[in-house]
Amino acid sequence: MTTGQERHATRGARAFLAPALLLIAVFFFLPVLAALLLSFTDFDIYALGDLERLRFVGLRNYLDLLQSPLFWTALGNTFYFVVVGGPLSVAVSLGAALLVNAPLTRFPGFFRAAFFLPVVTTLVAVAVVWRYLYHPHYGLLNYGLGLLGIDPIDWLGDPVWAMPAIILMAVWKNFGFNMIIFIAGLQNIPTPLYEAARIDGASGWRQFRHITLPLLGPTFLFVTLMTMIGYFQVFAEPYVMTRGGPANRTLSVVLLMYEEGFRWWNMGYASAAAFVLFVLILAGTALQLRLRRRDPE
Amino acid sequence: MLSSPRLLFIAAWLALWLTGCDSGAGHAVTVEFWAMGQEGEQVKALLPEFERRHPGIRVRVQQIPWSAAHEKLLTAHAGDAMPDAFQLGNTWIPEFVALRAIEPLDQRLRGWSEAALADYFPGILATNRLAGQTFALPWYVDTRLFFYRGDLLAAAGFPEPPVTWDGWLRAMAALKAQGGGERYAILLPIDEWQLPVILALQRGATLLRDRDQYGNFRDPRFRDAFTFYLHLFARGLAPPVGNTQMANLYREFASGAFAIYVSGPWNIGEFGRRLPAALQPHWNTAPLPNFTDSLSSPAGKRVETSTVGVSLAGGASLALSRDSPRREAAWLLLEFLAEPEQQARFYQLTGDLPARQLAWNDPALIGNRHAQAFREQLRHLRATPPIPEWERIASRIAYYAELAIRQELSADEALAALDRDVDRILEKRRWLLRRGLVP
Repeated sequence: MTTGQERHATRGARAFLAPALLLIAVFFFLPVLAALLLSFTDFDIYALGDLERLRFVGLRNYLDLLQSPLFWTALGNTFYFVVVGGPLSVAVSLGAALLVNAPLTRFPGFFRAAFFLPVVTTLVAVAVVWRYLYHPHYGLLNYGLGLLGIDPIDWLGDPVWAMPAIILMAVWKNFGFNMIIFIAGLQNIPTPLYEAARIDGASGWRQFRHITLPLLGPTFLFVTLMTMIGYFQVFAEPYVMTRGGPANRTLSVVLLMYEEGFRWWNMGYASAAAFVLFVLILAGTALQLRLRRRDPE
Repeated sequence: MLSSPRLLFIAAWLALWLTGCDSGAGHAVTVEFWAMGQEGEQVKALLPEFERRHPGIRVRVQQIPWSAAHEKLLTAHAGDAMPDAFQLGNTWIPEFVALRAIEPLDQRLRGWSEAALADYFPGILATNRLAGQTFALPWYVDTRLFFYRGDLLAAAGFPEPPVTWDGWLRAMAALKAQGGGERYAILLPIDEWQLPVILALQRGATLLRDRDQYGNFRDPRFRDAFTFYLHLFARGLAPPVGNTQMANLYREFASGAFAIYVSGPWNIGEFGRRLPAALQPHWNTAPLPNFTDSLSSPAGKRVETSTVGVSLAGGASLALSRDSPRREAAWLLLEFLAEPEQQARFYQLTGDLPARQLAWNDPALIGNRHAQAFREQLRHLRATPPIPEWERIASRIAYYAELAIRQELSADEALAALDRDVDRILEKRRWLLRRGLVP
């Protein structure tokens, strides 16, 4: 009897799941599989014109990729962006969340909206403004530095400063989103804990260290993971601000993939780059999850 | 069961309806035409005349932004959604030929007079021909030459623009000495490939070798031109800045931050609009100076060289889609847009310089002081290698030129790396050539 009912229930569940699964299969797994197959070929302009000109090249795209200095440059730049930009972004959003959420802050709603505003603005429009801010001669940033007696910096043109400039803009553009999540996390911490700590004479710093941080743990994990995944895929900021220049110092892996795929139409090579990035992000995510799990709550 | 008279009636009615559909006045052939940017907007003004002459044909113009045009044409081809006729950059032609997306025009051009074809600037027409076939008709032309501040050049002791590399160097040195500090003689965005390639072509370099199968950048002629180019930066004549760093080119030109700029026809209009009125009489255009081999020419035997140095044969062309069922009608549109009168009108609408020399006799064009240097320059053009890989190779040239300007690589290291990269890019082409899969 029960088995019959169970079977009935399973069938019902399948029927409900089918549309979603079908969509995922057609629009996600199928393209991913096609891209994987593509990454073993030298699909390009010539092959697009005539499939006779397509070669199955096995792992050559991957080997070429690993031997290409450009790919390593792009990978290095991407790591730079993730390692510097990621923690910076998380720190700034946590700081902003603490400030906005502090009981002393007036008009928290206004600040929350103001800090969130860059997230919903168009990147291209923002980039135009930031290009002016970064301008070596009449940019506001260099004007400010000039008041402090610091020589002007060619933010987007200097190979050393271009990436920090991109990171600064990306953090400014994105921190509002994580801030909102942190605020939600902060508001979930029961206030009696802080009251008890205050009665015990704990300083503000100790409250933060021993109550806020541990209880924000799950939020932290979520925010760092999403930030890392997002930052690994950095594309639009360098695409709009520098096109990967100067001297490829802001070329990211996704930008390289885009250039190879849609500018030069080397679909096979671009697919291989995509899968290498996928593996890297997967490894990064697994590593973070493991570190978290080892952490005693 | 239908009775036979009734069946007959239905058949007759159907036949009438079908023929009516085919040739009735209300139903015309609609030609789908893709054009880019400004051209896509302005070409609509020419079409009423075309539709008046060909009542059976309607033209639907689809305007595509330049930045997305290349990608959109490629995806349209991949998705069997090509228009009947389309505009394309003439450097894209080899790529679309490799894709087998373009219909050769030679059969149709047999109806043309010799004079009509000869009326095109020869260097421009050459970029539309590949392996003996003509694949597109030039629509408007684009090349690069000097935009300069006549007042600054005259003040530096050069009332006339330079015509040789030597004269050019002397003029730039004088301009730099006069300006000093943050002022430069010339602006050459370091992330561009055009000028080093132009200089190399003037020097007589062939960019690739062995049927365009390998890079030829370590060739002494290319190397000479490349080192000359690098010297312009090393001597401080040109600022080491890229395109993205130029917030306002026109303001810098107006302020005298640089006196010479190498650019194309679109800037005639831009300079006219954006430079302050007081500066308008003082800027001008000039053909590029030429390399003259003053040292190696033996005494007494004067080497006959043109005073105009070659520049790039750029521009946009019009092509027919190979798979279009409406090629006949689309061809009529191409022929119409190629007429000198339409070319002249198109110039008035857009400022794009006509590809037909007859159209240059139009009063509006003769009256444009800044266009005259282009007319001269357009007779001295050289095309870049006609292979689909060229744009990619060009971007590598720009990349290594930038590294060499920044002195991260020496000239020789940069050229060796360039040859290596280009040989790798051309690997597929070598394979295809070996198998006879490309002409």
